[in-house]
Amino acid sequence: MSAVPSLASAASTASSVTPPATPSANATGGVRSARWRRGGLPIASLLLCLALWHLAATTRVNLGLITFANVPAPAEVLSAAWALLRSPKLGAHLGSSLLRIGLGFGAAVLAGVGLGLLIGRLRLARELLLPPLEVLRPIPAVAWIPLAILMFPSSEGSMVFITFTGAVFPILLNTVHGVEAVDPRLVASARSLGTRRWRLFAEVIVPAAAPSIVTGLSIGMGTCWFCLVTAEMIAGQYGIGYFTWESYTVQNYPNIVVGMLLIGALGMGSSALIQWTGRRLMPWYRPQREAQ
Amino acid sequence: MTASVQAMQIVQSLPPLQAVLPASSVPPRGGRLQIEQVSIEVGQGNARVEVLREVTIDAAPGEFICLLGPSGCGKSTLLGALAGHLRPARGELRLDGALIGGPDPERGLVFQQHTLFPWKTVLDNVAYGLKMKGVDRATREREARQLIGMVGLAGFEHRYPRELSGGMQQRVEIARVLINHPRVLLMDEPFGALDALTRARMQELLLDLWARLSPTVVFVTHDIDEALFLADRVLVLSARPGRIVEALDVPFERPRRAAHLTDPAFVALKRRCLALLRHDARAPALERLTPLGSPSLPPQWRFAT
Repeated sequence: MSAVPSLASAASTASSVTPPATPSANATGGVRSARWRRGGLPIASLLLCLALWHLAATTRVNLGLITFANVPAPAEVLSAAWALLRSPKLGAHLGSSLLRIGLGFGAAVLAGVGLGLLIGRLRLARELLLPPLEVLRPIPAVAWIPLAILMFPSSEGSMVFITFTGAVFPILLNTVHGVEAVDPRLVASARSLGTRRWRLFAEVIVPAAAPSIVTGLSIGMGTCWFCLVTAEMIAGQYGIGYFTWESYTVQNYPNIVVGMLLIGALGMGSSALIQWTGRRLMPWYRPQREAQ
Repeated sequence: MTASVQAMQIVQSLPPLQAVLPASSVPPRGGRLQIEQVSIEVGQGNARVEVLREVTIDAAPGEFICLLGPSGCGKSTLLGALAGHLRPARGELRLDGALIGGPDPERGLVFQQHTLFPWKTVLDNVAYGLKMKGVDRATREREARQLIGMVGLAGFEHRYPRELSGGMQQRVEIARVLINHPRVLLMDEPFGALDALTRARMQELLLDLWARLSPTVVFVTHDIDEALFLADRVLVLSARPGRIVEALDVPFERPRRAAHLTDPAFVALKRRCLALLRHDARAPALERLTPLGSPSLPPQWRFAT
């Protein structure tokens, strides 16, 4: 999960690097090689992978254990992506996937943050709620699919439930962790300044736990997409996961890769959105490694 | 330029009290603090230990008291009880005759470091106490600005705590507590994390504020110089269970300046404190108790990512 923002920040620093005002000849060389290493090398590496993929797909490499005979080439994927972009079905696929993510993730945020605050702060809530949650936690969301289909009359409901299940535990546990890690001296200070019980949550506990909650939301968003795509492959009518699986069943192989890339981009984009929102809402917060 | 000269310049550049305190505010005054035969225990079950034993202190309104003692002697624990965060096992704590039953803004508490709200600006940190009292935003920000000026931080209202140095953060801490017009100021090694120069400045700032607002101060430290420089009365505590082994009156005139630190009478008092503390140092060192202390360790079952 941390790879996404660090890659993004490395790219952004690379683009904004300016050489020092009065560099010596040696320093200029150092800056140039540093810039090349930060900006040029990752791009070269991506291009190399693309070239290898192109070679493997066009020459239909067969290594016995793994074969590229049926893998579409990058150019085919590009034209398939272009075709999808202009087709009216893209909107329907994207719309249903995003709606399911929105509902499932939204419910997970409400449940995860709400319960997490209670469990982290109140002993009664911890003793009452944590045991059943600990039993349910190790069950992968994908393992819920058959039961979810039985439990929810509409397949839409079952898919939203699966995405909910995938997102709720990372959010819950990071919230609990964030609340438990609040410095007791901070709470003591707040109470000595006249803070009563419920305002303590709003004024101290929630903001103090906020960085940890945002981490939970970001992780939860990733698992949310993972679970949604799996659920759509099994029960969907529309959606990106369904589109990918359907492309396989109708042997439209370039569209498989288009679907995969789309899922990756959406997952990355939504996680980045959460990180960005988190930074905007917490201008006071700097992670340890950035602060030094 | 020495620390004391710089500190004097800061102090002298401050506006007079009448100009900065709003007319509507309560006239500043100290409260009488009575600690009667107080014993405090912390921990659960078998791990329960007696930290303080039968401590009796009677602090006059506006008195400046320093608690001096070895690590783990229960100085901070006593402060926690005075703040209302810990309940004594035996004995009574009273402020102006009323039993202390819980935390209250009339007893302001200042820790060593990192207890400002990191998500609030300097202005919002200082105004926080009035926000809790339901004072409207305009009024509480006006009073907060005045106090921020008093502690010499005008111009830093919209900074976050992490953007300030340790000394500046402690200035904000003090302002945040003073906005409630506390009758008692409880300070737990408030300058312990600062460098010597900054500490000297902060000590003079504190004495200046105390002279203007005259709250009763209970100041915990293990720095003998600091205790003698600040206090009317230094109470030396023994190792755990903490008891008061000696009460030393510090007779130097006020306002005090760094020059007093080399006065022969001061040196004699310092020698006396050293002897009392060294007597205790022969006992094995005890681990530091932090009943309100550092954040708890993260739980072991954190979600694998």
